Amino acid sequence: MQIRNDKGIVKWLLIGLCTVFLLVTLVLPLVYVIYTALREGFQAYLASVTDTYAVKAILLTVKVVIITVVINSVFGIFAAWLITRFQFHGKKIISTLIDLPLTISPIIAGLIFVLTFGRQSAIYPLLEKWGIQIIFAVPGVVLATIFVTFPFISREIIPVLTVEGTDEEEAAALMGANGFQIFTQITFPHIKWAFLYGVVLCSARAMGEFGAVSVLSGHLRGITNTMPLYIELLYQAFDFTGAFAMSSILVIMALIILVLRNILEYRGRKEMDA
Amino acid sequence: MRKKKSVIPGFGLSFGIVMAILGLIVIIPLCSLVVFSMKLSFHDFIVTVTRPRVLASYKVSILTAFIASVINAVMGLAIAWVLVRYKFPGKRIMDGIIELPFALPTAVAGIALTHLTVPEGWVGKIFAKTGVKIAYTRIGITIALVFIGIPFVVRSVQPVLEKVEAEYEEAAAMFGASRVQIFFQVIFPEIRPALIAGFTMAFARSIGEYGSVVFIAGNTPYKTEITPLMIMAKLQEFDYASATSIALVMLLISFVILFVNAVIQSFTSKIVSGIE
Repeated sequence: MQIRNDKGIVKWLLIGLCTVFLLVTLVLPLVYVIYTALREGFQAYLASVTDTYAVKAILLTVKVVIITVVINSVFGIFAAWLITRFQFHGKKIISTLIDLPLTISPIIAGLIFVLTFGRQSAIYPLLEKWGIQIIFAVPGVVLATIFVTFPFISREIIPVLTVEGTDEEEAAALMGANGFQIFTQITFPHIKWAFLYGVVLCSARAMGEFGAVSVLSGHLRGITNTMPLYIELLYQAFDFTGAFAMSSILVIMALIILVLRNILEYRGRKEMDA
Repeated sequence: MRKKKSVIPGFGLSFGIVMAILGLIVIIPLCSLVVFSMKLSFHDFIVTVTRPRVLASYKVSILTAFIASVINAVMGLAIAWVLVRYKFPGKRIMDGIIELPFALPTAVAGIALTHLTVPEGWVGKIFAKTGVKIAYTRIGITIALVFIGIPFVVRSVQPVLEKVEAEYEEAAAMFGASRVQIFFQVIFPEIRPALIAGFTMAFARSIGEYGSVVFIAGNTPYKTEITPLMIMAKLQEFDYASATSIALVMLLISFVILFVNAVIQSFTSKIVSGIE
């Protein structure tokens, strides 16, 4: 039966509508960023992105992304292992707490770290005595970024491990394999693509986080300004070429991330089917 | 139930590492929010969260987020439909760019959308002729929220639509149902829970969104100030008590949204299982 083959006109109307909608809302802003970045010539573009503060912002962003991905990877793998491989009380609470950051506004995420480590906090005198500065400093920016990306990696691994079941690992354990051997030789090959997929999503959000980081950075130029914050600074100073030049780097990163995402999703699906 | 100790090693180690990181990143900060909230006086709390300017910000946030999510529900359903049911050139690309709002930093989206929609901008120019202003109005906020909400509905509906069996549609067609009837009476009930879930996620995300909105909003008091911006403003004045009070109201709003969604989900699944 050909029931699902819509008549030409409905089909093409819908395709046309969706194409126009996506072109205007998604593609046009991308094109505009690149166009504006290069409007004053390639020289001006190069000058903007190699400015001392621009380079510092880029390096800080790279540093924040790397720390965030490493910590969330360690957490994500152990959390997925814990949740899918053991039965214990309080498991539901733990998975709810892991997903909680997704439902909280980035501004509130920033606020709770200010309340935890800021001047009115009970542990502030201790931090001051030890000379540790967290809010309005890089550690605060890192903590806020970890918070907003917290469930990204564990959420990708957990469904794969749940489907996989525990038979192979139990067999290996009974044959005397230790935890490290079981993980590296049995578990990790199954979750490889899901894990990398999570890493890509986590990096995307980490490099672009604005609200939470904005609360915690204190906007110290050259010290706590990540790329999105530096873009805001340039934009508010009416340096539009500079703002869009920095943005263009993030646009290119976003496109690379989309391509990687699609490749990893395809590989992951193939693995699941096999 | 059979209680048995798992033979798989690593429970202690995993539990320790998970609790340590979870504690530092989520539990302790949330506890400080609770502790700090307890110290607020109830009277001050009520005064802060019912100031006219703050009340206006709830209205702006909820209204723009709601309209944007409705637009995303309609367009998201259309896009999911097109991606699942039709073959056409460029389909892979359309499918691939849906997640762009997740990959593109919100601040970048914010400044690009603002520049496009000011009266001199590429899009703003067209609308300026008809007297419609986009940037620095609630329409602008709504457009920014449409941008960030697109993937939620598409990615929620798409997998469910893929699983809808052709037999039901064929049976309905044999009994003489029209295409419109088939869609609304056979297909739509199947995808409704996913559509509502996608709508809810987009709505919850939109209410808390800051980065993409703050540039395009123009932040005029009473007109285009969103609630997250009110919290940000209080934080910049180091007025943590007011910031926390408004944040508590926002958290309450998001929990109500998630709760309503959970109720609707359990209600619709009951209806479906009741019929069978």
